[in-house]
Amino acid sequence: MAKITLRNLRHSYYANPKSDDDFALKKVNLDWQDGGAYALLGPSGCGKTTLLNLISGLLVPSEGEILFDGADVSRLSPEKRNIAQVFQFPVIYDTMTVYDNLAFPLRNRGVPEPEIDRRVREIGEMLDLTKTLKNRAANLTADGKQKISLGRGLVRSDVNVIMFDEPLTVIDPHLKWQLRSKLKELHQRIRRTMIYVTHDQTEALTFADQVVVMNNGQVVQSGTPIELFEKPRHTFVGHFIGSPGMNLLPVEVKGGKAFFAGHEVATGNAGQYKGKDSGLELGVRPEFVSFATSGIPVEVTKVADAGRFRIVETRAGDRLIKLIVPEGADVPQGSAHLAFDRDHTQVYAGGWMVGAEP
Amino acid sequence: MSKTVNQKAWWLVLPVFVMVAFNALIPLMTVVNYSVQESFGNNEFFWSGTVWFQQLLADDQIHESLLRQIVFTSIVLAIQVPLGLSIALCMPKKGPWVSVCLVLMALPLLVPWNVVGSMWNIMALPDIGLLGKGINALGIPFNYTRQPMAAWFTVILMDVWHWTSLVVLLCYAGLVSIPDAYYQAAKVDGAKPWAVFRYIQLPKLKHVLTIAILLRFMDSFMIYTEVIVLTGGGPGSTTKFLSIDLVQKALGGFDLGPAAALSIVYFLIILLMSWLFYTLMMRNEAN
Repeated sequence: MAKITLRNLRHSYYANPKSDDDFALKKVNLDWQDGGAYALLGPSGCGKTTLLNLISGLLVPSEGEILFDGADVSRLSPEKRNIAQVFQFPVIYDTMTVYDNLAFPLRNRGVPEPEIDRRVREIGEMLDLTKTLKNRAANLTADGKQKISLGRGLVRSDVNVIMFDEPLTVIDPHLKWQLRSKLKELHQRIRRTMIYVTHDQTEALTFADQVVVMNNGQVVQSGTPIELFEKPRHTFVGHFIGSPGMNLLPVEVKGGKAFFAGHEVATGNAGQYKGKDSGLELGVRPEFVSFATSGIPVEVTKVADAGRFRIVETRAGDRLIKLIVPEGADVPQGSAHLAFDRDHTQVYAGGWMVGAEP
Repeated sequence: MSKTVNQKAWWLVLPVFVMVAFNALIPLMTVVNYSVQESFGNNEFFWSGTVWFQQLLADDQIHESLLRQIVFTSIVLAIQVPLGLSIALCMPKKGPWVSVCLVLMALPLLVPWNVVGSMWNIMALPDIGLLGKGINALGIPFNYTRQPMAAWFTVILMDVWHWTSLVVLLCYAGLVSIPDAYYQAAKVDGAKPWAVFRYIQLPKLKHVLTIAILLRFMDSFMIYTEVIVLTGGGPGSTTKFLSIDLVQKALGGFDLGPAAALSIVYFLIILLMSWLFYTLMMRNEAN
């Protein structure tokens, strides 16, 4: 059990990185509390697996430190760090039974057999593997194998952190949610620090208390799912999280006020903008856009029914604005006006939210 | 729903069938034919039933060469499989040395078999060969043309040199196909190198090892060219293996009947042993 601190952590796969682009992971500073559930979310190749492997000790960082409870572990082996990791593809020891698979990490550490037996049975029961303990692990289905991988992490009562590297990739869709809720349940039961790497926003947002969104080797935002949703610090977070993603519109800021296509738009942060550069963007999620009697004039072009709500596409000039209309509400035909929720409308400069640049 | 029946497709299989018939079935049937007949030349044949087979089973000379064949194959397998596996484990997994190692390993496999025999024949000569002269210089009397032990030593060394590479290459291919995640998981689980070998590498190599053992068994059991060039079966008949015996019977003595009977028995032994190997190695797969 440990509090994890990443201090000025950077990593490059090159021996002599020259520019910032050579770094697969750009400078990261993060604090993770003991017993929390964290997710690293980002598209493929964004550096999240690199970060995970740095924490687990499979990679040694080019720069910076990793602290477990204040002690520097940056150069320790995975074994010494006492971590557990579940990989994308289930890793099991084919020739062993499920029981032996679970006992393996304990046997390697010289734990006495009675203690091993007690732990293995306890974890087997926790993961619903009791019935298959005596079976050969190779004969299990993908989700069973992935449970064994997880179980090998759980049997050790003293692991500092359990890490998951896209663990549901090879699991059948109808079993995904089962395994996901099992994970959540386990976390609540054992309260061990867990770090979950994924590119699937649903997995990240349902699993984690705190989600770290990464893009291009950089941490773009770290926050609770609500924070990521309501106040995306970067336009990337805006369109990566949420379905459909955030509307991004060209905007001008004059005298602390934001204007879109000549109409003033009330925003939460235009007043903080001091610069003069163009290329500013206005971000507002479809959930915070509504039809109004006055406001931005648009043409309604398309309505898509998504069950409990409808996704309406409108056009303001050549700009597409999407909004979500609750079930039963009227959608006007042809011309209409839109209003944005002031508290959830932000101005972004160079991708970053004005007032919250890194 | 009824299937469309179109028997015309059989015509497409015909070329393959003809090829297989001419290069395998028909020659084999000829051999079967010879094995139950007696000939005195002039292309005249007489039915002789199982006489040749009975003679074969009672023939001490054949028993001896079969025994030599079995001993040779056992020794060769016992050396080449562990040695090949160890070399594969030591080879680098990435970097510029990979290609260097692979080319070096492939070289012996590219040398024609009779050249391998000639090479070792010359190299092991006690008066001018590097190996033969070297061993004698160490004070150990070595002359493979006179000492049975020296001849066996040279033949085995030659086969190890020639064929261990095959085992190495097969094992290496198996090793590099093990995903990194297995090694990473083993590290996380605190597994020692021996445990990594025992529980990850060896199980993952099971299939390639089966193939390696099978190929090496079949090839070493049929070895002919290299030995005939190196020792000619001598000194005496101490390195006369089953294949040499067979050729002497068929071509040296023109004993077509006995040679055909021996061929069939030889073929059946290899078939039976290969089947046994395969079944034993794959038995665990089923449970």
